[in-house]
Amino acid sequence: MTAIIRLQRDDFDAAAEARALTRGRTDIGAVVTFTGVCRDSEAGRGVTAMTLEHYPGMAEAEIARHVEDAERRWPLLGATVIHRYGRMVPGDNIVLVVTAAAHRGDAFAAAEFLMDFLKTRAPFWKQEEHAQGTAWVEAKHSDDAAAERWQTPRRHEAAE
Amino acid sequence: MSVKVLYFAWVRERVGKPEEQVEPPPGIKTVGELMTWLSERGEEYAHAFDNPKVIRAAIDRAHVKADASIAGAREIAFFPPMTGG
Repeated sequence: MTAIIRLQRDDFDAAAEARALTRGRTDIGAVVTFTGVCRDSEAGRGVTAMTLEHYPGMAEAEIARHVEDAERRWPLLGATVIHRYGRMVPGDNIVLVVTAAAHRGDAFAAAEFLMDFLKTRAPFWKQEEHAQGTAWVEAKHSDDAAAERWQTPRRHEAAE
Repeated sequence: MSVKVLYFAWVRERVGKPEEQVEPPPGIKTVGELMTWLSERGEEYAHAFDNPKVIRAAIDRAHVKADASIAGAREIAFFPPMTGG
């Protein structure tokens, strides 16, 4: 499977990345493209900008581990994950996940799986800027719950 | 044992530096014990690690739990729960 993982300060072009994944191929029947965008509010408070900090080296490794996991779970024909770091303003792209498969169900599921794990396991931290100053974004229980639903029961537990 | 320790996000801000080389005594065997040892190094460390339950850790760029052994680790990182994506 073609897997592209990039961390970058610069913006990305979602359409170009989707085209790159399918170029010259006739076996792909479904491409799902997800783009996460910087919002102008969080929990009812205005956000003027956001800075994303990451752990270089580990971020790539952790994303690669989850792309490999996705590949074991679904018959994927391609996957691209691009995560930006640095300072962003509302309307800016933050993260891109593109998945390609023969059928849409696999592409949708894999894209959602990858996003749920990017939220909770990839070493990135958001610091928001608002009128009163800056604040680190707190992890959401809803994101943890979203990631947990992909956990398959361990065999010995399932047997009990 | 000498090991590189990295801090991210508000853990980094509280400690006041992104990384350092530390030499924990031989009695420090786990990530949790290392956190306790670090928290005794000064006010800034005590502040950073005042609620160790919320701090996440990684050894050599892979997530670990507090009871993980630090034997042979080259790089140990401490950070808050992740908020990427």
